[in-house]
Amino acid sequence: MAVDKFPIEAGHIMLFARSIGDANQIYYDEKYAKSTEPGTIIAPPTFVQSSAQFDPDYFLRPKIGQPWFGSGKEPTGIKPGSADEGNVGRGLHAEQHFEYHRHLKPGDVLKGVTKPGKSWEKVGKRSGKLTFNETITEYYDQDGKLVITARSVGVVTERAPDQA
Amino acid sequence: MALKASKLKVGDTHTERLVEDLKRTQIVQYAGASGDYNPVHTDEIFATKIGGFPSVFAHGMLTMGMTGKMLTNYVGDGRLTKYGVRFTSQVWPGDTLDATATVEAVRQEGGAHYVDLKVATMNQEGVTVLMGNATARVDP
Repeated sequence: MAVDKFPIEAGHIMLFARSIGDANQIYYDEKYAKSTEPGTIIAPPTFVQSSAQFDPDYFLRPKIGQPWFGSGKEPTGIKPGSADEGNVGRGLHAEQHFEYHRHLKPGDVLKGVTKPGKSWEKVGKRSGKLTFNETITEYYDQDGKLVITARSVGVVTERAPDQA
Repeated sequence: MALKASKLKVGDTHTERLVEDLKRTQIVQYAGASGDYNPVHTDEIFATKIGGFPSVFAHGMLTMGMTGKMLTNYVGDGRLTKYGVRFTSQVWPGDTLDATATVEAVRQEGGAHYVDLKVATMNQEGVTVLMGNATARVDP
């Protein structure tokens, strides 16, 4: 996603590796990492997605002083009749593709530049009309070199998929 | 350890169990690490009452991340050059997932050796939840 400054940090890599259940010590232990082929801690292949943490406007993170659409007293913080009603929870991730020009390491500082890709529609059996939107993000490092190209396809469904 | 092109054959497979009985807390842990706090993944009340889903469910990117662990264990650290997937079915708390990489091609490009892999992750009922492809640089 579009992000001006995404610093790659060892602690963040550790938390991310834990969350995907990956015990590979290259993500945790600098000393061990030195003995590996990359010779340094690197980020797991899907780590760059956590650039969301550094996008100040990221939609899916509660923001200080702003309403959040998750449950509290009510099942949702979205006010009935508001523009967001009906759209919430209908967006799903359909595809994700990464091309690695090199792997990330702590100390890198990335900039993500986003461009829209294709859009298309399809009628699904379980979720009604499906609208697909592609986004391409190019991540550049502190030297201005392209390090990862990410292509994401999101889908907005008419309703929650029927459960078989 | 990196793979060797000379030892790889089309049709070779590598399978790993990614998770057994996926816990809601792991989904929340992924939300915290990745920054995607969408309540359809983190908030059972929202997911069921507002989203209309039977429960919260895993981020597609959690399944892709766990499947990536199988890939890096197979091809070695820092060897992937491409990894792309389609999310074909949702992953729910309680699911047990197994991922398989299958060798589709072993080839040379610009003096380097590469393996092209088909990637698939299945749940305990044999439903494919993720399908994709990956390419890794291998030793001669």
